[in-house]
Parts: sequence; structure tokens; C-alpha cells
Amino acid sequence: MRTFPIGGIHPSDEKAWSKDKAIEVMELPDEVAIQMTQHIGAPATPIVAKGDKVLTGQLIGEAAGFVSANIHSPISGTVTNVEIFPDGQGIRRQMVIIKREGDEWVESIDRSKEIKRECTLSPFEIINKIKSAGVVGMGGATFPTHVKLSIPDGQKAEILIINGVECEPYLTSDYRTMLERGEELLVGVEILMRALSVERAVIGIENNKPDAVAHLNKLIVGGNYRGISVMPLKMRYPQGGEKQLIAAVTGRQVPPPPALPISVGAVVCNASSAVAVYEAVQKNKPLIERVVTITGKNLMHTHNYLVRFGTSYKNFIEHAGGLPEGDVKILNGGPMMGRAVVELSAPLLKGCSGITIVSGREAVRRKEGTCIKCAKCVAACPMGLEPYLLAKLAQNKMWDRAEEHNTVECIECGCCSYTCPSNLPLLDHIRIGKQNVMANIRARAIKK
Amino acid sequence: MNELVLTILTMCVLGVVLAVILYFVAQKFKVEEDPRIDDVEGMLPGANCGGCGFAGCRAMAEAMVHSDDLSTLYCPVGGAETMRSAAAYLGKSAPEKGPQVATLLCGGSCSKRPKINHYDGAKSCAVVNTLYTGETACIFGCLGYGDCVHSCQFGALTMNPETGLVEVDADKCTACGACVKACPKQLIELRKKWPKNRAVYVACRSKSRGAVVIKACKAGCIGCGKCVKVCPFGAISLENNLAYIDSEKCKLCRKCVNECPTGAIHLINMEPLPKEAKEAKPSAAATSKSEVKTESANKE
Amino acid sequence: MATKIFAAPSPHVHGGESTRRIMGDVLLALVPALAVSTYYFGLRVLMITAVSVAACVIFEYLIQRLLFRSRSTIGDLSAVVTGVLLAFNVPVGIPWWIVVVGALVAIGIGKMTFGGLGCNPFNPALTGRIFLLIAYPVQMTDWTTGVPDALSGSTLLNDVKTGAVSVSDCDFMDMFAGNMNGSMGEVGALALILGGIYLLWRKVITWHIPVSILGTMAIFAACTVMGEGGSLVYEFPLFHILAGGALLGAIFMATDYSTSPMTHKGMLIYGVCIGLLTMIIRLWGAYPEGMSFAIFIMNAATPLINKYCRPKRFGTKK
Repeated sequence: MRTFPIGGIHPSDEKAWSKDKAIEVMELPDEVAIQMTQHIGAPATPIVAKGDKVLTGQLIGEAAGFVSANIHSPISGTVTNVEIFPDGQGIRRQMVIIKREGDEWVESIDRSKEIKRECTLSPFEIINKIKSAGVVGMGGATFPTHVKLSIPDGQKAEILIINGVECEPYLTSDYRTMLERGEELLVGVEILMRALSVERAVIGIENNKPDAVAHLNKLIVGGNYRGISVMPLKMRYPQGGEKQLIAAVTGRQVPPPPALPISVGAVVCNASSAVAVYEAVQKNKPLIERVVTITGKNLMHTHNYLVRFGTSYKNFIEHAGGLPEGDVKILNGGPMMGRAVVELSAPLLKGCSGITIVSGREAVRRKEGTCIKCAKCVAACPMGLEPYLLAKLAQNKMWDRAEEHNTVECIECGCCSYTCPSNLPLLDHIRIGKQNVMANIRARAIKK
Repeated sequence: MNELVLTILTMCVLGVVLAVILYFVAQKFKVEEDPRIDDVEGMLPGANCGGCGFAGCRAMAEAMVHSDDLSTLYCPVGGAETMRSAAAYLGKSAPEKGPQVATLLCGGSCSKRPKINHYDGAKSCAVVNTLYTGETACIFGCLGYGDCVHSCQFGALTMNPETGLVEVDADKCTACGACVKACPKQLIELRKKWPKNRAVYVACRSKSRGAVVIKACKAGCIGCGKCVKVCPFGAISLENNLAYIDSEKCKLCRKCVNECPTGAIHLINMEPLPKEAKEAKPSAAATSKSEVKTESANKE
Repeated sequence: MATKIFAAPSPHVHGGESTRRIMGDVLLALVPALAVSTYYFGLRVLMITAVSVAACVIFEYLIQRLLFRSRSTIGDLSAVVTGVLLAFNVPVGIPWWIVVVGALVAIGIGKMTFGGLGCNPFNPALTGRIFLLIAYPVQMTDWTTGVPDALSGSTLLNDVKTGAVSVSDCDFMDMFAGNMNGSMGEVGALALILGGIYLLWRKVITWHIPVSILGTMAIFAACTVMGEGGSLVYEFPLFHILAGGALLGAIFMATDYSTSPMTHKGMLIYGVCIGLLTMIIRLWGAYPEGMSFAIFIMNAATPLINKYCRPKRFGTKK
């Protein structure tokens, strides 16, 4: 069984808490806050004002530039405010607040459950539809999908890789999506293959989800989906990283930046995003909802919800039976790469695949020791870097040397901090180093 | 015995040969350098803090020797005196600039600015700042993880564990500006240094609206503008819901201190004006311990 | 109990590894060797080990508290490991006060002068041993005191070097079991190998350093024999691996984290060099035993190896 070539760790997968919970539709919130920065790139420009009536699926934020994404209203009702509000980390962001009145959809959206497989659109038309629907990478990176599908001149995609790895512990939203919406996923993959003009698509799934592998295989044979195959991968974190997944599936390693995955002929797309692509192209449905896992060891209830964007974290926590007592950490995402949330009134975003509540002793880091040079971080780094050194250089503000040691290649997977016997916050420091080095590189580029 | 002589002889010959080689090498690779650079470097404090904007004292000395105009150069550590002596040596004129001191523009101590969550990562303000807006509801306030303390080469900054804020020892501070660069929230300012380390400043940088400030911190500036009205020197300006005292214009009259409803204006090493000073005649205020300048200010 | 919300940068879970656990594993791996040593040399082994451990821990505590005025870190067990390893490197008949001096050098000079755990360029226990070997050469090579009569007053390595005993006369089974003369911890090849396997299983060490050291020694020994036209092509390498401190050094001393290279490639270079140096010292040097000096020399070269042996970066060919 295949996996990526260097580094990696084996955290306990903790999927059992929510993996058997079927996707439920969460009741619509009375009010939503729609953040204008739900993707990487320029924030969308709001095109509604206070007092405007909006329908579900109506465009309310327009993409500002090529690397940006449209934002649509997830509910119908009245815009009550367009203002700056804190996001989950307390950072002030522009948001559109909508008060719900019923649930009236834009007419062009096909809301039937029926699977529509046939697609005769040209690649250009498909990409345009995806662009106007505001589809972004739903694995967490939130890179606009239409940008990814627009292959630069002179390069050619050879293989489409669907990321069904979900290597983050706890999260099960992609897994449930693959199990319950497999048919839509496969049609989405077909559409993506058409958009990219590739003959081959591989769905990478880790071997801790054998039923998803079996289910998709059955559907592929039953539906005669040509060119699509499922590849079980050996469980290892961070297999879901774009570069790691490409290496695991094709055996080819993407060269260091500025090379992109397309330089080895691969395009990677998240499984949930593929479903969103299906809905955008075949059903004219913009990205207004997604499957979100709410999970954690000490929660009363865990769920996999289909929820509209803009629902607050508070809502989720209420549905999970409240926060456990004692020390807790609320994470937007899984425990390895998720961001801690402190502002519970903040809204759900496109990139949030799960909300993990870490509680008790796990919520608090253990005491830091000193580096004993055990080199476990070096062995664990999936990018072949030297985390202990990068952290030290960043702490001493030696940006030039950090650049020499390729700190910008760090994918912030957290393997180094996870594995450190002295509990050193290696990644915390490396991140600072990476930011400073990248700022230096940008400054140099501007000078030129 | 023979061996001993031989050893000494070999050593001597070796020494002479190497000395000759060294002499020629030194001649060959000699670099002509203005000898004044060494002299000027000797006048500089030698802290190599980079407060002047150069990599170290030598780089500063080179710049001083080579540039015609010293007005853009200033050594904050040595201060005006060093600049004067160096300028006199070089036969150039030195800029006149008063001494400065680093000041923390945040008064949100633990008791006044309650924590709403607990940070548990690497103990560094830079790390906190990239993660989120901090442990309190104020998004402008001091994070309290002491990046400025670590950046200070002179030991002038200390973290007060009780208030969670940084304290500046004005006697040790050389106004090199390292802490100003280190603070990710831009809370440290170099302000005019008064005798006896007296100071008046608005200890807040919050640009939020008053209602938001009050919710987050009891000691924040709510932008009411009372201080602006009372200032006789026009030293206080109000912008983005935030009052700011220009330390070059301020004469330490302290009138603003009593006006501030939240106590955001800090008074250091001075007695505040008596409360009734507001109603009483200005001369009453002048009786309190203050400088001549301040007295004249109060009479206006 | 109220809910307290925490925030920290990712990752939010930890693998559970700790310095204390690693050191504990090393101690556990040393137990079989200690048992074998006690079996052959008697209870004095335990006494010397206890003195050494106690001295190391006390010195570390005192230096940290009194000189550095910092929090003591004796809880991480690293001083205990140093103590045991130091004891394993001295002959059983050594006066106890010499061990205390060795502990002072090991902890005081070998470790604390450089900033404590993780900062020391040389293995502390080895520093202590080498100091003792030079300062008290008589006591450190006195293999008779406290030893059962069955054993001669000299180590096999020495006997072979001086030609008193031929390699072909050695009983390899005895050597394997530990029935031979030597420092307390270096006898008992089987016990040491068991400890090594345990460390490998617990992922405390990787195979690179021990295998490269022992492999190089074996190959070098075999080549020497063949070059000289000898007939003991198998016996001679085996003898060198089993005799003296080869196994103790390769498994426990050379693998010390802070003094060995970070990357696998670096570890191999380091191991090969140690193997070569050991054999050169053993065959042509003044000392019959070369392991400790070889490790010590390569400890000094570790920063250099780290500088030039970078891990293989993702996406690069090299």
C-alpha cells in the first residue's frame, strides 16, 4: 500500500466518535453572518446594503480579482448590517448580517435530489460555472477551485487526484460525504476531468476508511465511471497535504517552490469540493452549505451536519450539548492543523470541515523542556526540513539563515511539535520565521 | 643538549620566515581606510544596538564620516552629547535632538482588562499576534508576552507579573527603539524625556468606539475628547476615537489628567493637580509641586 | 467547575513522548547488563553504580540550584543515565571516591559547563571516563581487585594485544555471556544486545549508529586479518566486537542524542568513523581499548557532520 516518501507521524485517528453518525440537516439559523474573506486571495466585495432583501443562493459578495471567490447568501431574508465584526480569532473582518425570513431559493437552482450525470459543457463553461458558484478548496486551504482548474499556458494536467484522505484526527465530514453522496462525488469528478481534459482520476483514501473505499469502488463499477479509480493509502499524517498526496498517489514529488503541483501534471481537489462542483455545474447551486463534523471526546453528542455557512459556533456547541467543564479548546478544523476559536459568535466559513472540542488535559500543552537534539522532529518532517534548527533561527531572528534552510517550504503540518519529547513549540516559532522570510522575499521582489 | 639547540633554532628560523611572509602579505592586501572612522567609532557607545538604523557602531561611524550632513544621523544611545563631540571632531554640525524614552501606550492591567480566554502557545507576542487578537477583548492592547523585554539590550524593560504590563526603567532606557520594532501591536513610542523622568501620556492605543472600549477595558481611552478641550497648548489630538498627547508640545500641565473619565492618561513621577483645581483659580494649582514651566502654563 | 477556554497555535495534540520516558527506557535497557555484571563481579557492582548515580544526581542538582540558580531538572533522569553509564565504564575494583571525582567531571565539566542537557558537545559519561583514565591510570586498569579468582588480571583485549593470548584460544561463549574481565558494564554482550533491541523497539535509537560502528569494526578487522594472511577471518572480527567496550559504546554511548548527528546519513558517517578509529587505536595505538576515544573524537566532529549532512528535502534529488 502506498504512502508519501519522507517523514510523517501516526496520531491516533479518533474517528470513532463521529464516524457512524449519518449526515443530518441542521435547522436553519435565525441570523447568519457572512464573512467576505472565506477564501485565500482578495476579500469579496459586498454588493448588498442594509435593508436589502436576499434569496437563498443569491450573490451577495463579488470576487475581487482572479484569486478570489464569489459569496452567496445561505438563507433568505433581510440584510440587517454590513459591518466589521470579529471572526473566530477575534480579528475584525467585513461581514454581511442577514436575518432569516423563511427559506426562499433563487429560481434557477435545481433542488431535486435526482442525480444528473450528463454534462455537455465545454471546459471553459464548466470553470465559469464553478467560478460563479464560489467553489473553493473545502479541505481547509480554501484556494478558489476555478483558479486551480485554470491550467497555465504551456503546462498540462495528466491526472486528477481527489483528496478523500482526511488524515486529520477526529474529522469525518469527507468520510460521510463519500459514503452518503458517493454518486454526486463521482459525477463531480467526471465534470472536473472534463474541465481539465484528463483521462485519469484517482480518489486517494486512507486505509482506516475501508467502507468508503469499498462503497466508491462499487459505485464506480455499477455506474461505469471510466478513468476513475480508488486508491487506498497507508494511514499516515499528513497524507492529505497536497504535495504528500501527489507523491503518495503518483510517486512524483513536486519540486520546491515556486514549482506548483501542475509541474508534475497533477491537480488535487478535495472530495467535498468535488461534490460542490457537481452541484454548481449540474444543479446551478452555489456553495452555501457544507458537511461539518462536530466532535470531541467529552461532548454529549457528536454529529455530522449539513449546515449553511454563517451559522455561529455557538449554534454547533449547543447542538453538541454544550461545552464540557474545565479546560477546553475549540478548534476550527482538526487537532493537527485547526485554528483555535475564541469568539463563539463568529460564523462558520467555507473551509471549516469540522469543529473539534479538545478538553481536559489535552487542551493544555505540557511544560516546555530544553531541546535534547534527539532529531525526532527531523525524522518526522514530511518536507525534509530541520525543524529544531528553523525554530531556533526564528527565535533568534536570523531570517537570512532561516531562508537558507528553506523555512518557506514548511507546510505547517505540526509533525515536529507533535513528536518533540521536550514539548517545544517548534511550529509556533517556525511559523514566525516563515512569515518574516516570506515578507523579506516579497520586499526583495518589489525592489527589483 | 643538541636536540634542545636544534629545536630552538628551528623555531627561530620558522618565526623569521613567517614574519617576512606576513609582512609582505600585509603590504599586498592593505586596505586604505579613513582613520577618522576608528576615532568616531571610539566616541560612539559601542552598544551595537542598531538604534541608529545601521548594523552597528562601526557602520554608523562610517556613515558619519562619509556623509556631508549629519542631520539624518542620530545615535539615540549616546544622545546629543555624543553627536556633538563627533560632529566637532569631524568639523560638521550635529542635529539637536532632545533625549527620549520608550513608553508603553497601554494601561490595561490584569485587573482592568479581564482575560476572556487563556493563551497556551509559545511565550512570544509575535506568535500570539499571528494566532489571534489576544487574551482580552481589547484588540489593540499589550499582549504581555514580553517580546520587547527580550529585545532590550539594556535591561530597561521588565514585565510586571501583577499588571501583566511592561514597565520601562527610564534611567536605563537609551531610546534605541528596539522595543518599538519588537512590539507587534505598535504600543511602544519614543517620547520626550523630561527631567526626573516625569511624563504625561495617553496609555491607550485603542481605535475602537467608546462603547467597545468600555466593555473590554476599564482603563481605555473612549475618545470623549474632554482632554483635547482642556489642553492649553494644543498638544492633544483626537483621531479614530483615540486621544494622543504630542510629547514635544506637552508642557506637563496635567490639566488633562483630571479630566479623563477612565484614567487613561497616565501621570508619572508627578503629583496630580488637586481635584478642586478645576473650579479654583489657576493660581491655586500653581502652589502644588511643579516645574516653573508648568506654573507659567497654569497662569495662562 | 467553570469552563476555561484556551487558545494556542496548532498542533493541539501531542504524541506523548517525553525526555523522562526516553531516559527511563535507556535505564531499563541497561538493567540486563547490570544484572550480568552483578552476577559475575558480585554485589560491589551495585554499590559502585549507586555511588555513581547518587553523585551525578547530587552534583547536577547542586550546580543547577547553587551556581545557575535555576530550576533543577534532575526529574528528567538524564543525570541518572550518566551515572549508570559512568559506572559501567570503570572496573569493579575501583575506589568509590574515584567514581565521585568522575561524576563531578562528567556532570560539572562534561554537561553543565555547556549549558546542561542537550547542549553538551561530548558525552558526559565518556568525559568522566576519559578523565579518570588519564588521571588515575592505575586504578582504572586494575582488573584484579574485587574480581573472582577465575579471571586473570588483565582484559582479553590487552592480552591479545601483548600476545599473551591468541584469539583462537578465546572462548566466545564465555565472552558472549559476560564471563570475562573488563569494565563493569562492558561484559555481557548478550545483555547489551538485548538492551539495544529494546531501545530500537521503543524507537529511542535507530539502527544506523550501532550497526555502522559494529559493521565497520568487523569489516576492518576482517580486512586486517586477510591483509596479514591470517586464518581467523571470522574469529578476529567477532572477537573485536565482543571484547572491550565495543557493544556498550556502539549501543549506549555513541547514540547519545546531543552528541550524535541528526540525520541518518550523518549517523552512518559518524558510525563508520567511530568504527575505523576504534580499530586503528586498538590495533596500532598505545591503548588496548579505543572505543571511548573514538566516540570522543567523533563527538567533536558532530557539528561538522550536521552542517554537511542535511536531510533530503521533499521534491529534490540528492
